[in-house]
Amino acid sequence: MSLDNAEVDRIKSEALAAIASAASLDQLREVRIAHVGDRSPIARLNQGLGQLPVEERAAMGKVIGTARANINQAFDDREKTLTAERDSKVLIEERVDVTLPTNRNPRGALHPLTILSHEISDLFVGMGYTVQEGPELEASWLNFDALNIPADHPARTMQDTFFIEPLSSGLVMRTHTSPVQIRTMLEHEPPIYVICPGRTYRADELDATHTPVFNQVEGLVIDKGITMAHLKGTLDHFASQMFGPGVTTRIRPSFFPFTEPSAEVDFFYNGRWIEWGGCGMVNRRVLQACGVDTDVYTGFAFGMGLERTLMVRHGISDMHDIVEGDVRFSKQFGTGTR
Amino acid sequence: MKIPLSWLREFVVLPKNISIDAIVAGFVKVGFEVEGVENPAASIRGPLVVGRVESIEELTGLKKPIRYVGLNCGEKQTRYVICGASNFSIGDYVVIALPGAVLPGNFAISARETYGKTSNGMICSARELGLGDDHNGIIVLNEKNLKVGSPALAVLGADDPIIDIAVNPDRGYAMSIRGAARELAMALGVPFKDVNAKSLISNLEKKKKRGKSVPVMITDKTGADRIYLRSLTNVNPLSPTPAWMSRRLTQAGMRPISLAVDITNYVMLELGQPLHAFDAAKIAGTLRVQRAGKFKDLVTLDNQKRKLSSDDLLIADDKKPLALAGTMGGLDSEVTEFTVSIALEAAHFDSVSIARNSRRHILSSEASRRFERGVDPELAELASARAALLLIENAGATYVGTSSKITPLKKRSMTVSAVEISELIGTVYSDKEVQKALTAIGCAVRKSGKKWFVGLPSWRPDLNDLPDIAEEVARYFGYDRIPSVLPEVKISKNGRSGLTALQQRKRAFALKLAHRGLVEVHNYPFVSEEQMKLFGFTGDRAKTFKIANPMSDEFPYLRTHLTPGLLSAAARNLARGEKSVALFELGSIFRDISKLNPAGEISTSKRPTPAQIKKIYDSVPKQALHIGGVIAGEISNSGWWGKGRSAEWSDAVDLAAELIAETGNAFTISNVELAPWHPGRCAEFRVNNQPVAHAGEIHPRVSAALGLPERTVAFVVIIDALPFTSSIQATPVNTMPAAIQDISLFVDEKVSAAEVESALIVGAGELLESIHLFDRFQKPGESQVSLAFSLIFRASDRTLTSDEVSELRAAAGAEATKRCGAVIRS
Repeated sequence: MSLDNAEVDRIKSEALAAIASAASLDQLREVRIAHVGDRSPIARLNQGLGQLPVEERAAMGKVIGTARANINQAFDDREKTLTAERDSKVLIEERVDVTLPTNRNPRGALHPLTILSHEISDLFVGMGYTVQEGPELEASWLNFDALNIPADHPARTMQDTFFIEPLSSGLVMRTHTSPVQIRTMLEHEPPIYVICPGRTYRADELDATHTPVFNQVEGLVIDKGITMAHLKGTLDHFASQMFGPGVTTRIRPSFFPFTEPSAEVDFFYNGRWIEWGGCGMVNRRVLQACGVDTDVYTGFAFGMGLERTLMVRHGISDMHDIVEGDVRFSKQFGTGTR
Repeated sequence: MKIPLSWLREFVVLPKNISIDAIVAGFVKVGFEVEGVENPAASIRGPLVVGRVESIEELTGLKKPIRYVGLNCGEKQTRYVICGASNFSIGDYVVIALPGAVLPGNFAISARETYGKTSNGMICSARELGLGDDHNGIIVLNEKNLKVGSPALAVLGADDPIIDIAVNPDRGYAMSIRGAARELAMALGVPFKDVNAKSLISNLEKKKKRGKSVPVMITDKTGADRIYLRSLTNVNPLSPTPAWMSRRLTQAGMRPISLAVDITNYVMLELGQPLHAFDAAKIAGTLRVQRAGKFKDLVTLDNQKRKLSSDDLLIADDKKPLALAGTMGGLDSEVTEFTVSIALEAAHFDSVSIARNSRRHILSSEASRRFERGVDPELAELASARAALLLIENAGATYVGTSSKITPLKKRSMTVSAVEISELIGTVYSDKEVQKALTAIGCAVRKSGKKWFVGLPSWRPDLNDLPDIAEEVARYFGYDRIPSVLPEVKISKNGRSGLTALQQRKRAFALKLAHRGLVEVHNYPFVSEEQMKLFGFTGDRAKTFKIANPMSDEFPYLRTHLTPGLLSAAARNLARGEKSVALFELGSIFRDISKLNPAGEISTSKRPTPAQIKKIYDSVPKQALHIGGVIAGEISNSGWWGKGRSAEWSDAVDLAAELIAETGNAFTISNVELAPWHPGRCAEFRVNNQPVAHAGEIHPRVSAALGLPERTVAFVVIIDALPFTSSIQATPVNTMPAAIQDISLFVDEKVSAAEVESALIVGAGELLESIHLFDRFQKPGESQVSLAFSLIFRASDRTLTSDEVSELRAAAGAEATKRCGAVIRS
C-alpha cells in the first residue's frame, strides 16, 4: 500500500459511501467505528507519513487532513438527519387524543352579584370616587332619624323593617345602604364622592322579583355647586356602563324623605323604560343632621338594587336563582372575566 | 288611589278624546306612578244592551235548572235566550250580549241552538263582562229610569276607566279626586275646575232650621286645631245610597255600607277630608277631642275591643270614648238603621297623633292614612258642608246647625328667586317661569324686590324651603328639561383614593377560592334554633340576636357563624343532583357579646356632638367579617384518568393557610376542640396569638344530620382579624448552591409535627432556608410516629462544606430531641 493522493481519495470515498448508506443511528454508530474513529483507515493514514520523504510530508498531511474533515462533516450531517428522523417518528408515536376531558380540578365561580358589585366599584373608583361600607345591623338613628325619617312619619312604615329584640336596643337590619352615607358625612368633610354597595333587608316574601335580603349600591356626592344636572349626568354614565353605550336614563318626580327634589330613575333598554332606582338632591335636613353647611354645599344621592340590575342585564327571570346558592347558576358567570 | 275617569273629569277640563295613555303619562310626569288602569269596556266589543224580562219558561228534565227567557230589548219582537241563572224575575232589567258581541277572553256571542231552543244572545254575569268575580247569577240592574235597548256599558259604569295612582307620603292632598285632578291639570296644561267652597257653604247655611246642635270642644289642643260638628235631624235611616254613589265607591275600591257612611266616604274620596257620622242620640253632652287618659277601652267599628293607651287621641263625650280620632269610629256611636239625628264630624287632627293611634292599634284606615300624610286644614268646613248637603238631599235630613272650634291658620310664606332654583336644578328657569309654575300649584306669588314672595297653599304642608319650591318648578316644566352633566370629581380631604386594603383583601380572597374551585354563595343570615343546637355552638358562637318580626318563625336568629348557611347550601346542591360540591361565602356574622347601649333620643336638627356620635356608633354591635368554605365529596374529580380524591381535613386547613399567607401574616396552627368541627380534626390558626381561622373536618354528627357525605370539611377565616402587614421589603435572591439534608426521627404521637418542625428550625439556625416534611408513618398499635424532614441550607457568601452542613443537621436534631423527645433514626 502506497500513501498517495489516490489512496486518500479511495479511503475517503469508501467512508462517505458508508456514511451515506447508514439507514439508522445504530448503523451509523458502526460506520463511525469503521470509517471515522481513531482506528479508521483515514486515521491510520497519518502513521504512514513518516515513511514519506521529508519534503512531501507537509503536503500529504494537508491532503489527509482535508479528507478527514470532509468525512467528519458528512458524518455529522448524517447523524443530524437520522436523529431528526428518529425524533419525529417518536413524537408521532406519542400522539394523544387532546379532546379527552381534562377537568381534574373542579371549576369555581364568584356569585354574579359580587362580580357586578366589583364592576360598579371599579367604574366609580375610576372616576375618583371611593367605596364606603358599613354594618348590616344598624342603629335606627343612622338608618332612619338622620335620613329625615322620623319615628311617626309614614315613610318609616314604607320600608318593612326587621327589628331586633329588644326593641329598646334601637337596632334594625338596615333597610338601605343610606346609613353608610350618614356615617360618611359624620366622618369626612366635603368634598365627598362615594359609592356604598352592600346588603340590605326588608320584610318582603321571597318570590320571583322580591327577596328579604338584597343588595343595593348608593352614590353620594357633596360638593360646592352640585346640581341635579350632575345627578343626571352621573346616572347616564352609570347606565351606559352597565347596559351598553347609548343607554339613557330618564328621571321623574318622586318622594324620598332624604332627598328634595326627589326622582325615580328609569333606563331605556330593549325598547322599554325599566325602573332602576331612586335619587335626588340630598335633603337639607339630612345635611344639617350631619353638620354639612347647607349655605356652602349641595349634594346628590342615588340608589339602585343590584339584583334588579343583574336580572335585567343577564335575562334572569327568577329571584330564586340568585338567592338559592345553586352552583349551576353561579358557574355560568365564572369569575366575570370576559 | 283608584280614580274613575268620570269623577276626575268633574274637576279637570280634559279634551274629549284624550287617551288613557296620555292621562297616565301626565300623572307620571308630575310624580305619580300609575299602578294600573282598569278598563273593562276595552275588552268588550259589539252590542251589549239593557233588556227587561218579559217571560220565563223553566225547562224541565235537565240536569240543572235552565230558563228560556223572553226579553224586551227595545226591538219589534221579543228576543229569546237560554239562561242558566235563576236570580231574576219578570220585570227585572238585565244586561244582554247580542249576537256579534265579543266579551273578555275573546268570547264571541252568536245565535245558537241549545236545549232544543234558539238562543239569540246571552244574559251576562259580572264575571262574564270582566267586571268582577261574581258569577252566582246574572247582573240585575237596580237603577231607575232604565231604557230598554240602551247601551248597557254606560249603565254599568263599565265605560269609565279607573286609573290607580300611587300617592307618595308628601302629597296627602292628592289622596283625593280633587287633589289628583289639580296635579293632572298642571301636568297636561289644562284648566282645573275647583269646588266653589263659598257658595257651597252658604247653600247649606240657607237650609238651616231651628234646633239644637251638639256642642263640641277641643280639650287637647296638640291633637287638633279645628273641628266642625254639623247636626242634622229627621234623617230617614232607610234611605238607599244612590246608584251613582255606590258605583263610584265601588270603583274607588270601597264597599257601600249605608247612606250616611257612604256619604262620608264619598266626600273623603272626592275632597280628601276624612269625616265621621255619629248617631247624635248616643252623644252624652259635649263631643270632645281629647287624649284617652283614664278611659280604658273602646270597641271600634270592626268589632274589636281595643285597650286604650292614655296617649291615644280620642273623640269622646262627657262620659265615654266615642271614636279613635282620625282612625276609626266606635261601634256604640255608629249610625244604624234606627238613627234619626246625625252629628257629622270633620276635624284637622295632628298627623303625628294619628300616626301613633294607627301604629299602636295596628289599624291603618283610609282616614288615618290621609291624616298621617297631612290633610288641608281648610278642608274641614267645606267637606262637612258638602256631606251635610248630600244627607239633606238623599236622606231628607234637616240641618239644625254647626258647632265648631277653630284655631286661626297661620299664613305660611317664603321668598325665592329664579336664580336660586336654577342653581340647584342645574338649568335656567326665568322669573316668569317660576311665577307660572308656582301659581299653577296654588301659590299666591308676587314680586318682592329681586325675589318672589310665595304664599304657600294650605294643602301643601310639604313646602318648607327652597328645594321644595325648586322641585315644584322642575316638576312643572318636566325633569326631562334637566341637562346631563358629569361633575368634576375631587379627591377627598384625607387624600385617599382607590379601594381600601380591606376591600382589596376581600376581592383577593374571593378570587383565590373561586380559582381553587369553590363556588360563591350568598346565604340569608337567618338561622333556626334547631340549627344552633345541631351545630352545638358554645360561648360567643351561641350568642345570637333575635329578629322581633322574622320572615319565618322558624328562622328568627341572626347567624353567628357562616357554617350553618354553607352546609345547608351544600346539602341543597347535593339534593339537586351534584355529586360533590365546594362552596364559599364572604359575609358578616352577628354575635350578641357586648352590652347593648342604646343611643337614646338624639336630635337631627344639627350635627350630634362628638360624645353623641360616639354613643350612636357604640350602640351598634361589632359585626365581624368572615369568609368560609365547605367541601363535600371529591376535591379532585374522577374521570378516565382514574378515581378522584375525596376532600379531607387537610384540604380545608390548606385553604385557610393559603388565605392567611396571602396577607403576609405569620401564623401558628394547633389542634383545638371547637363546634361544629370534629373534636380531633380541627385546626386553629393564630396570628400574634389571636385566633384568626379554624379549619378541618365537620363533626360527623352534623354532616350526617344534614345528609352530607362523611368527611365533609370546612374552614372559616376572620377577615378583619388579620392584621394588615406593612409593605414588603424585598430580600435579594441568593444564588449560592443549596445543600440538602434529610433527617428522620421518632416522636411520641402526642407531639405535633408543628412542634418538631419549630424545634428543627431553631436548632438548624439562620443558614436554614426551608424545611419540608416529606414522610410520616405510624405502625398500627404503636405510639411512636416517624417523621422525615428535608432541610435546605444556603449561605449568602459561600458554598457550604459537607462538614458544616452535617453539623447543622445534627444541631437541628439535638434541638428536636431536647424539646420534643425525638429519637434520631438516621
